[in-house]
Formats: sequence, C-alpha cells, structure tokens
Amino acid sequence: MTLALAVDIGLAMLILAMAGWTIAVRDTFASVIGFVTYGLLLTLVWVRLAMPDVALTEAAMGGGLTGALLIGGAARLRRTEAAVRTERPGMLTRTLAAVLSATVTAALAICVLNLPDPAPTLAPDAAAKLGSTGVGNPVTAVLLAYRSMDTLLEAIVVLLALFGVWSLAHDRFWGGCPQLRTHADSEGILAYFARILPPIGIIVGVYIFWIGADFPGGKFQGATILAAMWLLVIGAGLAYFPPISQAWLRILLVAGPLVFMVIGFAGIVTAGAVFAYPIGFAKPLILAIEIALMPTLVLALALLVAGAPQRMPPQ
Amino acid sequence: MKIAWDIFTIVAVMAGSFFFLAGTVGLLRFPDPLTRLHALTKADNLGLGLVVLGLLPQTHWPLDTIKLIAIWLFALLAGATVGQLMACTARRGGGPPK
Repeated sequence: MTLALAVDIGLAMLILAMAGWTIAVRDTFASVIGFVTYGLLLTLVWVRLAMPDVALTEAAMGGGLTGALLIGGAARLRRTEAAVRTERPGMLTRTLAAVLSATVTAALAICVLNLPDPAPTLAPDAAAKLGSTGVGNPVTAVLLAYRSMDTLLEAIVVLLALFGVWSLAHDRFWGGCPQLRTHADSEGILAYFARILPPIGIIVGVYIFWIGADFPGGKFQGATILAAMWLLVIGAGLAYFPPISQAWLRILLVAGPLVFMVIGFAGIVTAGAVFAYPIGFAKPLILAIEIALMPTLVLALALLVAGAPQRMPPQ
Repeated sequence: MKIAWDIFTIVAVMAGSFFFLAGTVGLLRFPDPLTRLHALTKADNLGLGLVVLGLLPQTHWPLDTIKLIAIWLFALLAGATVGQLMACTARRGGGPPK
C-alpha cells in the first residue's frame, strides 16, 4: 500500500510539474507536446482511480485527438509566432488574467474540499437499475439510458465544432476537399505503415465500440481509433478526403443525432417520457443509437483534424 | 514453481526498467537527433519487450497473454515507423527551430 501511495504522490507531482511547464514554456509547439504528455499522465490517474472508461476516453480524445488538433494549430501559427511573441500583453492584463485563474482554482479547491464525506453518490441506484437497461456496463447505462440527453448534446457539439471549422473555408473552396499537410511519398515507410495498421486498427476500434455495452469502451473511444486509421491512410498519401459537399457525407454526419432524437422523442408515445425506452426494448434501441452515432463521430472527428476545405475536387 | 515465475517477473521487469532509464539518460545526454532516436528505440524495443516478457507469467492464458504481446508488437511497429520518419526529417534539416 505504501508503494502504491508513493507512485500516486509521484504521479500527482509529475502532473503538477507538467501543467506548470505547459503554461510557462514560450514555444507553442513545446507547449502542445507538454499538453499531450499531461493528457497521458492524466490517463494513468484515471487508471489508478479504477475508472478505465474515463481513462480510455482521456487517452483517445484528451491526449490523442486534442493533441492532433493542437499540433495542427501550432503548425499553422508557426509563421506568425515570432511576431506575436514581441507584443507582450501589458502588466494590467497579465495581473487580471493571473487573478482570474487563481480565483477559479481557489473556487474549485473550496468546492472539492467541502464535499461531504462520504460524497453523495447515485452509484448504488445506477447499479440497482442496470438490469432494466439491458447493458452490463454502468457507464454505458448512464450515457445512453439515465442521462442520454447529455450524450445527444455531446454528439451535436462535435458536429457544431465541425461546422465552425468548415465556416473558416475560403469562399472559393466551399464544398471542396480538406487536406492534410503531408510530405509523404507513396513508397515510403509511412505508406507501408498505413497499409499494415488499418486492418488491425479497424478491428480494435469496432471491438472497443462493441464491448462498450458490457465492459469499458464505447463509441467515442472506438470512433477515435477508426478516425485515426482514416487519417493515417490519408496522411500517408494513399487516399484523399471527400469533398464536404458530398450528399452521403452530410447524411452520415446528421444521421447519428437524428436517429438519437427520433428514438428519444418516440419515447413520449412508447414509454410516456422523452428519452425513455419502452420496457424490454432498451438494449436494441441503445444499440441502434450507438450504431447510428458511430459513422457520425468517425467522420466528424477525422474532419475536425482535417480542417477547413482547401482545394476544389478535380473536375 | 509459482515463486520461480515471480522471481522471473521481477528480474525481467527490472531489466526492462533499466533499459528505459538508460534510454532516458541517452535522450537527455546524446548530442544530435539521430543518436537520441537510437537511445529512444532501445527503450521501446528492449525495455518494453522485457517488461512484457516479465509480465507474461502473471497473465491469464490465452487472451490477456496475446493482448500483452500484441501491445509490444504494435509499439515496435509504431516506434520503428516514427523513428524512421523523424530521422528522415532530421537529415533533411527540418524539425522545430532552435
């Protein structure tokens, strides 16, 4: 036990140091790398707290996908970075920012430290009603049965973020293809890697999606892996993004939230409440929502990394 | 027999940790990108390999054992690929500005 405690304390110190370094370092790219490392350390913390579901999500989304987005952002900002660094904000701005950050930190600390002991929990209730949902993983039950409204809004937020990225497109390229900035040659090692890995990665992604009903896993983690495989193939120069004006692309993007909403509101008729499932049909309906959300999430996450359209499709 | 396997685990994992330590020291001390990559790949290949090898007797045959070996093989594949890509970029004189 003392050894585990020593590991935990070491981990906590490392995370604090990493967080401080990420803020303090001047170079944007170094800061992004620090943030990704911070995400991976946070994954270990979730594992230590016995929450593999959150750990998987943190590794896939927090470290991996957000890291990829930030690296893309840092690469685009590189040209202007030297100019930005010369104009330091004034003393007043910096003091205000520091006070604001310190206040938020203090407020969070006070909230956490004042939690009653033992903390109020709905976990026994969630576990007791698990049988009525038909799924074996309590986290999935919370996400798709008890609090399915939140999950729907999450999926819509991802979609809205994608529309935000698309709206940055130049008028000339609206409806065109996004592009990854790569210097890959089709005979190089990256192309080889991109031929070997996706078949295995697709199996792992679908497995993590499928296993989510009963064990740690789920659609967000699975979708991130599938999106990563797609990005790998495109990044190696073996495939291209479709034009964002394609009908099938837009239909798949909307299909997930749409199916979710239809099933949710059908609950008024079939089960007497919005987002309620009729008795005995919970598992198949949850499965239908998950399967419909999967392509939406894969496409949305990959296209978020791809960025705004940058060229028109060849005629 | 159980004790023999436990001792094997401890020895192999400690040997793996040594390679991680050596790789980290190399990463910090070596003078240029190519030698630093060399230090890193030693940590990935041998360090992770020995840790996985040491943990194998503690896993449930067959699924957990195969998963653990698969993790090592994927780390090898990814490490070798990324190492090559970084080395190519370094030789072309790319990489982050100093």
